[in-house]
Amino acid sequence: MIVRGHETLLVQGITGKQGTFWADKMREYGTKVIGGVNPKKAGQVHLDLPVWGSAVDAAGDTGVDCSVLFIPPLGVKAAALDAIEAGIPKVVIMTEHVPVQDVMYVMAAAREAGTRIIGPNTAGLVTPGECFVGFMPAFNQRIFQVGNVGVISRSGSLGTLVCLNLVQAGLGISAFVGIGGDPVIGTTTRDALQSLDEDDRTDAIAMVGEIGGKMEEAAAEYAAGMSKPIAAFIAGAASPPGKKMGHAGAIVMGASGSYEGKKAALEAGGISVTPTPSFVPGILKERLGACA
Amino acid sequence: MNFEEHAGKPLLRAAGLETPPGGLASTPDEAARLAGEIGPCVVKAQVPTGKRGKAGGIALAGTVEMAAAAAERIIGMKIGDYLVEKVLVEGQVPIATELYAAVMNDPDSKGPLMLYSPEGGMDIEEIAEQHPTRLMRLPVDIRTGFDGAAARAALPASDAVEADDIVAALGKLYQAYADNDAELMEINPLVLTEDGRLLALDCKFTLDDSAIKRQPELAKSGTPDKLTGLEGKAKDIGFKYIELDGDVGILANGAGLTMTSMDAVRHYGGKPANFLEIGGEAYTLGTEALQTVLANPNVKSLLINFCGAFARTDVMVEGIVKAWKVVQPDVPVFFTIHGTGEDEAIAMVRDELGMEPFDIMDDAVKAAVEAAR
Repeated sequence: MIVRGHETLLVQGITGKQGTFWADKMREYGTKVIGGVNPKKAGQVHLDLPVWGSAVDAAGDTGVDCSVLFIPPLGVKAAALDAIEAGIPKVVIMTEHVPVQDVMYVMAAAREAGTRIIGPNTAGLVTPGECFVGFMPAFNQRIFQVGNVGVISRSGSLGTLVCLNLVQAGLGISAFVGIGGDPVIGTTTRDALQSLDEDDRTDAIAMVGEIGGKMEEAAAEYAAGMSKPIAAFIAGAASPPGKKMGHAGAIVMGASGSYEGKKAALEAGGISVTPTPSFVPGILKERLGACA
Repeated sequence: MNFEEHAGKPLLRAAGLETPPGGLASTPDEAARLAGEIGPCVVKAQVPTGKRGKAGGIALAGTVEMAAAAAERIIGMKIGDYLVEKVLVEGQVPIATELYAAVMNDPDSKGPLMLYSPEGGMDIEEIAEQHPTRLMRLPVDIRTGFDGAAARAALPASDAVEADDIVAALGKLYQAYADNDAELMEINPLVLTEDGRLLALDCKFTLDDSAIKRQPELAKSGTPDKLTGLEGKAKDIGFKYIELDGDVGILANGAGLTMTSMDAVRHYGGKPANFLEIGGEAYTLGTEALQTVLANPNVKSLLINFCGAFARTDVMVEGIVKAWKVVQPDVPVFFTIHGTGEDEAIAMVRDELGMEPFDIMDDAVKAAVEAAR
């Protein structure tokens, strides 16, 4: 689910307010935006780019590498199914508050077609110096510099802070993978970890998790077999149980999803867990130094 | 959104499942009248939480007088966080066997998961622990729906119930789940009566919060979250605010960053007074957010932590500055601002408020914790 500079991008919902703003930002940064989709505006030109009636039409004979959805919650199912039918291998869903039964329908179709879904409710993907997909501030050089640390985050704002901390400490980023804050998402922490483990440009990993669910636990099992150093920050140690903390996925029910359980599992997998995000760069530097 | 038993059961009946005859009562007299119509009955507290039986919120009543006495005792009880205002009075059922059945959204299989066990009458956690081999876990392809043949092949063996009857009931349960955008639709217990009928004696239904917009009628019969006055006000305005018991106020953007701000406050020895985030579409609500966080009299210092990706920090700070003139904060405030729009945002804090934002979040947190002491 890493996106690199040579890959082409389709923007579904390009004519909307957010779609327009971010399509322009992405293109300005270097992302190969080929155009967008709006079923009601097929044939028009927007931001000097073509608008198609569907992703299937947009992909045509040549194909598209990636699609990003700036689509309202109740339109996401149809738009994502369109992208899957178009044979687009990676589909990034920014939208928050998509009904979960719609998300699961998309996941079932994606699994059958071999499509990689990122999100919903993700901040997107960044390869500094090359491209970004979504709405991370890739163009802010205090937050994103080229380097060798891969970052995985369930949260956009917190992921931004961790990238800033890395850059402040003189490190850089090989790839940022926003996986999203919803309970059912296409790309899990474990999936992202594996792809960064297999990525040649990534030497170390910063994992930004949250209370709720079992994703960090599953990632810890994979991490146990990895040699690249990993530091994790898990948000929610001070959150009361039984309440949704903003993200639908961030809720502790009984012992499941608790901070303590996640910390123990991650540490058992050889991952350093930090008390605040600002400790992440120091640990990675130390462990990278020990590897060299 | 959680639903009480009496609000969930009509959804099961609409899908073709049977429930005992009954009605809702909010006074002992009403309970007595219902018991008179129904005969021997069960009086059950209506609150959107489990463990009602263990809390003493469920009573058998053989007579009208017993039903009235049970209602008298149960109405006004506190179960968990909830005050009991109503009871469901339902006919007693001659139970031969108790079963468990549920459908839920499953993050692992990324689809609906059907659960069924012939070992009912206890929590799903207990069934999973005590009878792991007697618990069917059947992923369902949401595109094609419930697959009766697959369920039949996966059913744990049981002499007590006919497989055909169970599969039919599970199909109806799945329909109720699918028709109502459920996050969870659970029947515990599903019972086989002595005369061979399958009845849903309870119903736990949770509506997916993200589906409330397309299920407005249904949502009217759900139980809204229990909110304090300020929490309710914040919800109406359009951002998430949760009151906590500490004294360091928190105003941040994004769920992850807001939780992190709370964690950092605790790590450096303070106690957060609240969770408040104006991320996503709510980032224009800086004014309302500042007013809300300072309306809590326990707040002794305030941490404002913005890290803009989608949310523009300049827009958020503009809202804060606007509110500042009205609210006139009388507690020390500590800013830390990064990301989209940070140059303009930092300049505004300097020029309009005469303050210097901290470059490192941890330093701002330490200062806020220190000031609250």
